[in-house]
Amino acid sequence: MKIRIVAFGIAKDIIKGKELTMDLDNGNSISAVREQLSSIYPEFSKLSSLRFAVNADYVEDSYELKSGDELVLIPPVSGG
Amino acid sequence: MQDIYITVDKLNSKACTEAVTYPGAGGIVVFVGTVRDQTKGKAVKHLEFEAYEPMALKEMQKIADHATDKWSLHKMVIHHRTGLVEIQEEAVVIACSSAHRKEAFEACQYAIDTLKETVPIWKKEVFEDGEVWVSAHP
Repeated sequence: MKIRIVAFGIAKDIIKGKELTMDLDNGNSISAVREQLSSIYPEFSKLSSLRFAVNADYVEDSYELKSGDELVLIPPVSGG
Repeated sequence: MQDIYITVDKLNSKACTEAVTYPGAGGIVVFVGTVRDQTKGKAVKHLEFEAYEPMALKEMQKIADHATDKWSLHKMVIHHRTGLVEIQEEAVVIACSSAHRKEAFEACQYAIDTLKETVPIWKKEVFEDGEVWVSAHP
């Protein structure tokens, strides 16, 4: 499955862009995406945390992506 | 005025205070987060905030709803600024009112602490010689 990934904050700097489309090689779970992303962009493993959101809600690593989901990378937040 | 709001324009803490005022209030607590001119002794030029807006608004609403319910507030208002914010300007305003001060203090403290943990907003410190996404690395 192909998935569209949107990046904010430092995640944008890491992927060098606002978004990317990725072919999921090892299943459709968030943990698979996490692994695949870190192997392409080792910088992700250096962050304090990396969370994911689908359709504007946080999702756990066990979440299975469905086609059409908008996956958003949430690096450590620092509002306020 | 909207209670939960993200804007590139300057915030108005006075208007937020007025928005939570009501006759039954025994106390209003307002937290104003402002841009500091230095971090660990290094001069900051300004900050740049970025938000994943639909989700940030949703998470801010959750905080206000939970706080209002838990501490029986009359009302809570949360405004956050995005884009370039200059030194001394307001980056976030949280105002809440309740019948007694203790509840308002606790609710406001909870709101800013939770906002910093859950709301998808990112802050970049811009220095003379570079820039850093705050809290990105351990």
